[in-house]
Amino acid sequence: MTELITLNRRDLLKTTTGILTGWVVAGTPLALIAPARAWAVNLAAFTSSEGAALMRMARTIAPHDKLDDAAYALVIQAVDADAGKNASTLKMVKEGLASLGADFAASSEDERVEALKKIESSAFFQTMRVKTLQVLYSNPIAYAYFGYEGEAFSKGGYLFRGFNDLRWLPEVPAKDSGPLPARA
Amino acid sequence: MARIEFQDESAVVIIGSGAGGGTLAHELTRRGIKVVVLEAGKRQSTETFSQVPGEAFLQLTWLDARTQSGDWGVAKNFPTLPAWHCKTVGGTTVHWTAATPRFEPWELRAKSTYGNIPGASLIDWPISYVELKTYYTLAERRLGVTRRNGEPGMPASNNFKVMYAGAKKLGYKRVHTGHMAINSRARDGRGMCIQQGFCVQGCKMGAKWSTLYTEIPRAEATGNLDLRIESTATRIEHGENGRVNAVLYRDAQSREQRQRARIVCIAGNGVETPRLLLLSDSSKFPQGLANSAGQVGRNYCHQIIGFAWGIFDKPVYSWRGATLAGVIEDEVKNDPSRGFVGGYRMELCTLDLPTLPLVGLPYGWGRDFASIIDNYRNMAGMLINGEDMPRAENRITLNRDVKDGFGLPVANVHVDEHPNDRAMRKHAQTQMSRVYESIGAKRVVLGPTTPATHNTCSARMSADPREGVANAWGQTHDIPNLFISDGSAMSTPGAANPTLTIVALALRQAEFISREMKAQKI
Repeated sequence: MTELITLNRRDLLKTTTGILTGWVVAGTPLALIAPARAWAVNLAAFTSSEGAALMRMARTIAPHDKLDDAAYALVIQAVDADAGKNASTLKMVKEGLASLGADFAASSEDERVEALKKIESSAFFQTMRVKTLQVLYSNPIAYAYFGYEGEAFSKGGYLFRGFNDLRWLPEVPAKDSGPLPARA
Repeated sequence: MARIEFQDESAVVIIGSGAGGGTLAHELTRRGIKVVVLEAGKRQSTETFSQVPGEAFLQLTWLDARTQSGDWGVAKNFPTLPAWHCKTVGGTTVHWTAATPRFEPWELRAKSTYGNIPGASLIDWPISYVELKTYYTLAERRLGVTRRNGEPGMPASNNFKVMYAGAKKLGYKRVHTGHMAINSRARDGRGMCIQQGFCVQGCKMGAKWSTLYTEIPRAEATGNLDLRIESTATRIEHGENGRVNAVLYRDAQSREQRQRARIVCIAGNGVETPRLLLLSDSSKFPQGLANSAGQVGRNYCHQIIGFAWGIFDKPVYSWRGATLAGVIEDEVKNDPSRGFVGGYRMELCTLDLPTLPLVGLPYGWGRDFASIIDNYRNMAGMLINGEDMPRAENRITLNRDVKDGFGLPVANVHVDEHPNDRAMRKHAQTQMSRVYESIGAKRVVLGPTTPATHNTCSARMSADPREGVANAWGQTHDIPNLFISDGSAMSTPGAANPTLTIVALALRQAEFISREMKAQKI
């Protein structure tokens, strides 16, 4: 979330052509880490309706119903940044969206899947697929949602924070395991 | 650190600073031999290692252009990245997961043990197990390998508890937390493993052995090492007598430099080592160096690799703990009744959240794909590490249509899988699935073959000079002062992760080189 907010402030200085906004849903993992309830992502390369269509596309590629829109907005922000830097990417995405039609964002999931299957081999779809996977699962919102705890060195590793706390299976006998150090 | 003059003809030049090059550098310098190490990458440290998965990948990985061809899964799934190894001081020992099993004695006699396998270019190693064993013991002491020489094993993690319970259900016997080059207790001036689960990003504890913070600084402390970072070797030169005498390289500013050499040792990993030999063609050696038999780049092996993910209805938190500390070794045997020759290990494995969907899962998107990741907390993981068949046509060649940053042809990696490879993978995937299903997995997901980290055999040692590139010492058959000092020299890949064997061979090669230098033979 911090990255969202920071990026927005910087981007406000530039010309904004579109905007994605949302509310953090109370009770979700994101609500615990988000500094504010409302979020907004300004788009430089895409219009609001293009941004909304890309959001639906990302949600169709990696549908996690309870994962907050803010996580998907980060994907769109990344695509927007790429398109802002590279004219051919911008063209590819705009043309790809146009080929999906104006109704894409409002259509049912089955219809969206059907539409995306038809363009699955296109550079547009593959770019969006890879970008979605790269960005969606590598930010604090996703970490909180999927329960991933990430970097551990700064917290002393997982040695005393649950690396062996599984109790629903038998313990491994000492001969096939190794000694645990005493807690300092 | 020493400063060795460009014109100094007495130096040994080692190309690469990983398991092979870094170990060799230490062994030679501590014997008083002047060594120049040319390392293409930068120097990181436990302080600078990034712990952001994607960033760490970019920090450590060899990302220069390569192409590939053939029917193996990597060509389809990872078209721009056939191999996944490092470009940094310490080489691939920076991102390795530190599993250090030995070869089985019969694996060194692959041709004799497996017989005549059509479509495979098997040979026996020119070294016996008894001979190699001495160096395995030395290497294990050097690396502090667990469950050897009195070093305690790693403590069982959650992920291993799952693997262990399933393996025992199936009746497997050789199941334990692995022989790991990770400190299970503080030793050798390095701390103990604190179970970070970030082995692949570089161990910030330094608990995992890497030449970056063991062999290299020790070599520097002798005063005999001149380590040149961001220095990419582009050609090895030779004199009228056919002996190599200099290495051309590009420094950090892309300037061409020439370092004179008494001996040249190549340890650039299984793709770059043969590429450099091929790039060094001359009127005397039109096929490239050490290639009179046409064997350079051939018989490239990468081992059979592939993930299995067991999804349970209770949490595993597989990312907590040393990534690969666990193994089932019962399938490391040659039992053709399974439908293939050679053996495989099942090794504990996990991937961080950002990497899992990109590398660990089969190509996909949509509901089913997302539902797997929804279960990330409840996933246990392991992978196959099996012996693949060497084939003459599975090879590293120069792709003259694609150039690197210096305008030189990039390597093309060609792999057509042998039927034995496919049969082994199928068997291993069935067994891995059974391990998880036997203890109630809701679902098992089989992952793709990932870009190869165990790049081996592409400049192999052979008793018969027509069948390989180097002799039993890694000394090339054609040129007595040119050595292969990395996994490229392995005669066959076996089912063991290669690093321990690479270190053992480097220790052995260092003795040979220093002896031959004293005797003025090279």
